[in-house]
Amino acid sequence: MKKNKIFISGDEAVAHGTRLSRPHVIAAYPITPQTITVERLSEMVENGDMDCDYMHVESEHSALSAAMGASSVGARTFTATSSQGLLYMAEAMHYASGGRYPIVMMNANRSVALPWSIYGDQRDSLSLLDSGWIQVYVEDAQEALDMIIQAYKIAEHAKVLTPMMVNLDGFILTHTYEMVEIPEQEMVDKFLPKFETPNKMSFENPKNLAFSSQPDDNTEFKYQQNKAMLDSIEIIEKTDQDFGEQFGRYYQGMVEEIMCADADAVLVTLGSITGTVRVVAEQLRAKGLKVGVLKIRYMRPFPEKEIMALSKKIKAIGVIDKDISFGYEGTIYTNVNSALSKANASVFKKNFIGGLGGRDITKAEIEKMFMDLLEGIDSDKPATVEFFNLKVETND
Amino acid sequence: MTNQTIDIPRVTAKNITEKEFFYGHKACAGCGGSVAVRLALKVLGERTYSALPAGCMAAVGFIFPQMAFANNSIITTFPGVASMASGIAAGAKALGQKDFKTVCFAGDGGTADIGLQALSGMIDRDDDVLYICYDNEAYMNTGIQKSGLTPYGTQTTTTPAGKNLPGTKTNKKNLFEIIAAHDIKYAATASIGYPQDFINKVNKAKHTKGATFIHVYASCPTGWGTPTHTSIEIAKEAVDCGLIFLAEYENSEFKINKNPKEFKSVKDYLTKQGRFKHMTDVDIEKVIQHRDIKWERMRRNWSTKK
Ligand SMILES: Cc1ncc(C[n+]2csc(CCOP(=O)(O)OP(=O)(O)O)c2C)c(N)n1
Ligand code: SF4
Ligand SMILES: [Mg+2]
Repeated sequence: MKKNKIFISGDEAVAHGTRLSRPHVIAAYPITPQTITVERLSEMVENGDMDCDYMHVESEHSALSAAMGASSVGARTFTATSSQGLLYMAEAMHYASGGRYPIVMMNANRSVALPWSIYGDQRDSLSLLDSGWIQVYVEDAQEALDMIIQAYKIAEHAKVLTPMMVNLDGFILTHTYEMVEIPEQEMVDKFLPKFETPNKMSFENPKNLAFSSQPDDNTEFKYQQNKAMLDSIEIIEKTDQDFGEQFGRYYQGMVEEIMCADADAVLVTLGSITGTVRVVAEQLRAKGLKVGVLKIRYMRPFPEKEIMALSKKIKAIGVIDKDISFGYEGTIYTNVNSALSKANASVFKKNFIGGLGGRDITKAEIEKMFMDLLEGIDSDKPATVEFFNLKVETND
Repeated sequence: MTNQTIDIPRVTAKNITEKEFFYGHKACAGCGGSVAVRLALKVLGERTYSALPAGCMAAVGFIFPQMAFANNSIITTFPGVASMASGIAAGAKALGQKDFKTVCFAGDGGTADIGLQALSGMIDRDDDVLYICYDNEAYMNTGIQKSGLTPYGTQTTTTPAGKNLPGTKTNKKNLFEIIAAHDIKYAATASIGYPQDFINKVNKAKHTKGATFIHVYASCPTGWGTPTHTSIEIAKEAVDCGLIFLAEYENSEFKINKNPKEFKSVKDYLTKQGRFKHMTDVDIEKVIQHRDIKWERMRRNWSTKK
């Protein structure tokens, strides 16, 4: 069969993934760099490519509230936001996961004010890691489109029923153009059947939802919510494999290990930076240096098992964080480190903080990170948190 | 009072359903808010989705595992009732459901303060939702704090009356006019002290497609310091003394439904409530003046035809 490939931006790829997933209701509020997605979706609704109610809500809090309302009666819903908008949703995010509404949201990763910045980093979504949403991060526009489709299948699974956020780096992915294969509607329909759930209000079986709990039963609700998130790991892997079989693109589930099999030093990445790190790793490999890349795809649930297994094989690990938990370290690093400690791994570790507010991370910088890691092996250097490419003098 | 369009079947004390939709909840004895919810649901019937933000009615109605609503009902975030209700209406419509109504039951704080933005959006989109604000004139669920609809002089836990302050220093927001300014299809004010009028208005809203709004005055013995058996009486007295008015906004026109030739005593109404006990004659005079200015403006600009 002839493949339908078109030249589109990451935002547009998300719009196509959403169109193919046939949501009943879209509720979204514009914010750079997500806007192109909602503009395209509005056009698709207008021209009849989508049979869907596009709700012009007056805020992100309302966008997610409306999506929850629609989901509470069993409708498939979509929303999209970024940065300030995501934080404005924060209350509703916990509400959606606690209510077990399988809403799919696109988040265009963008820095958070102050200072104002419309450019990319991952401080927005990482600061909401505990809100109970499944979080996946993509590397390119194709993966963005594919993951929207997969997200519905994962989120709506009876064992999961948890909202899912598909993150793509602001501008780097949202606004750059790539050739993207657009799957056939028929194939998507086969892969992603209609949403059916008993967890809804209906006139056949009226329900009172979103109730209050007592100290005596709250822990049990939260236990179940956590269990659903842990159970989703299996569903994530199965969904990715099925997707790979049907559409020919398999993303390797929770993480992608790149040249890790015999690597001494591995750099951990999240999102679009993976592409650049791949290139640098290949160049260093050509020089005989044993380096690899661990592309984390899911921050929640967290790929603990994979990181623990990897830690047994390697000698040094570095984590690039486009975020900082002020007063401590990068959030990805904290999570990776927790898995390493459970594995009793004795590896050299380093946290690289950078790319904040949209600053480019260059190949030279990445090469230096790999070199730092290789030099750290068997040294007595302490694990440090380093802001790389810092343009001010420090005493560190 | 209310003009009933001929083709809407009237609901009266005689024919209103015996079925209870809000039952077994934990509201205080004499709770006016629960009367408003109970009556409205009897009019709206079982094909109704109700959405309630945080607030007393949500707090007393959904204590797991004892659910008090016989119809589909959901608690929403405090600021998000209107948007969640809009989503319910949109979702149910998209799934092909017909002949149903979505209703919000929100307090004065959830409406006039934190939920105003979402409510404005709901009206702007003309979503098919009836929004009922039960006004007990304070944040009751959190322990009687001042809201934007707390009237001048009221003693609340955040506006204590003392040597330096009269209690609440501001007047109620003109909520009804704020809503009407959206050019909403139908909006009304009501009081549980005039239940037939309230029922008529809910019935009218039920049969109006699109966004509609009812602001219903609903006594709260716990927050007001009134005996539990006088809740209906006091809500009636509020109207009779002119501090609360019964009106409608329809076809872009305001209409006063009850236009008393003479008001009953404001002082009598205030002094029997713990929340106003401290008020001096000077303060009461201020309340009366504010009432008179408001009524003068209403009578000048709004229709008073029956
Ligand atoms: C975002 C947010 N802020 C504050 C609260 C706390 N809160 C819950 S109910 C409530 C007061 C509700 O007052 P009102 O809307 O008048 O309803 P009532 O309790 O009087 O019926 C407040 C302040 C909350 N739940 N959510
Ligand atoms: S505090 Fe007032 S509004 Fe709340 S349940 Fe009691 S009487 Fe009703
Ligand atoms: Mg109140």
